[in-house]
Amino acid sequence: MLDFLAAVRDPDLPFLRYALAAGALASVAFGVLGSYVVVRRIGYLAGAIAHSVLAGIGAALYLQHARGLAWCSPIAGALASGLLAAVAIGLVSRYARQREDTVIGAIWSVGMAVGLLFLAKTPGYIDAMSYLFGSILMVGRRDLLNVAALDALVVGVAALSYNRLLAVSFDEEFSALRGLRVTAYYLLLLCLTAVAVVLLMRVVGLVLVIALLTLPAAIAGQFARRLWQMMVLASALCLLCTAAGIGFSYRYDLPTGPTIILLAGAGYLLVLCAGHLRRRSPR
Amino acid sequence: MSSAPCLRLEHVSFRYAEHLILDDVNLSVAGRELISIVGPNGGGKTTLLRLILGLLQPTAGRVRLFGAPPAQTRCRVGYMPQHPQFDPHFPVTAREVVLMGRVERRRFGPYRRADLEAALAALADMQIADLASAPFQTLSGGQRQRVLIARALACEPDLLLLDEPTANVDLAAETKLFEILQTLNRRMAILIVSHDLGFVSRVVSTVVCVNRRVVVHPTSEITGEIIAEIYGSDLRMVRHDHRCSAEGHRHA
Repeated sequence: MLDFLAAVRDPDLPFLRYALAAGALASVAFGVLGSYVVVRRIGYLAGAIAHSVLAGIGAALYLQHARGLAWCSPIAGALASGLLAAVAIGLVSRYARQREDTVIGAIWSVGMAVGLLFLAKTPGYIDAMSYLFGSILMVGRRDLLNVAALDALVVGVAALSYNRLLAVSFDEEFSALRGLRVTAYYLLLLCLTAVAVVLLMRVVGLVLVIALLTLPAAIAGQFARRLWQMMVLASALCLLCTAAGIGFSYRYDLPTGPTIILLAGAGYLLVLCAGHLRRRSPR
Repeated sequence: MSSAPCLRLEHVSFRYAEHLILDDVNLSVAGRELISIVGPNGGGKTTLLRLILGLLQPTAGRVRLFGAPPAQTRCRVGYMPQHPQFDPHFPVTAREVVLMGRVERRRFGPYRRADLEAALAALADMQIADLASAPFQTLSGGQRQRVLIARALACEPDLLLLDEPTANVDLAAETKLFEILQTLNRRMAILIVSHDLGFVSRVVSTVVCVNRRVVVHPTSEITGEIIAEIYGSDLRMVRHDHRCSAEGHRHA
């Protein structure tokens, strides 16, 4: 523990500080959006969005390195493909009456396939693993600014629309009868989820990020009586998981993303078991 | 405005694929009526409700809600669904649920004081003001139904539409609910959907029987024979021998 705190202060190891800061910033967005994803039960859709983000990353890197478009950064590509996937998946789940899961599964893997092909044709060595499973060595000062800006956007929109998102999440038909454009709010939620996924793709990776979105919120849901309480608690838990995960991975020389996810998973399992025992024991 | 019927169905039919669900339905509801829609499951009650709310379009005929197509005027209806689709563990309090009846009044930011007061008034109308801060997930079935009726009241409706408000409620609670509805009836028309004829208590002025066709009865005429006709196999008896005008009968 002391080793880690010393390492965080070490001027030669800036990436540790950046990773911690990115985790702390993103925790807010994750707690807020994760709560919506859990209560609306759209974890599967969020997973599909997260995976198909790889298409944008691959395309951006290819254009940057093979075609010399310097402005085409991976984060811009990730945002573009994430938003595109969010809208496509949202419309499919809303309007395709049949085979919804087939189409969403297809978007999920086709997105990844596109990304991997672009990466294969990009000159120079690009490690796909670092995008899929995260690598805190890739977190730089620029990324931190991007994370802060996107975080502010996600949390701002979610906070301003809290009442409407709450109503639409609770009872969509009733909200529609009250004149709310429920499909627009549904797509908004999926788009904000796409942005949130991009926030932590560097730290935990695209494949693992979905657990960090849903598990802290699922734990918080066991205790919270109101949605905003669930969001606050989920944010705190997400922060705890990322900070502790980065600490453990540094101390024991483990990959960071999987360590963070295992902590979140263990916490969820613990809370479920505790809840089960509490319900079985006589009061 | 007050003389125009709040709801009018003219020769409405609805067909789903090959099946004729509703056939040539005529119905008119004036203000301040308390009407019960009864009929067996699968008889078309829910379809009728969804047509009234503009969630379905009739295959033939015309639905007018406050003199206009339902999609334009349904904000004046307070609706309580039978099976709300929410997550049973949704973290939300009773008061927050009731406030959703006013969600369209403000695009961004928190509710106004007037909205909070209206929500508390609606809870008081349903005699559950003490449950305002209770988590919705901890309430009993009957309490949840009252919260959902309060949510419909928070819309400040001219027509209250209740889908099976007495499902999972015992007789005492049902009687109590009817007393409350009778009081509310002074302020608005009320339309109750029920598969349970026992629900047609003395406070209901008109019974609308739905089983593909719609027949309007005044409550006083409901006899064991008619009930058997509604729920029995010989529905043509009702259709041919007991046809009423679109407005139904009136009590003397």
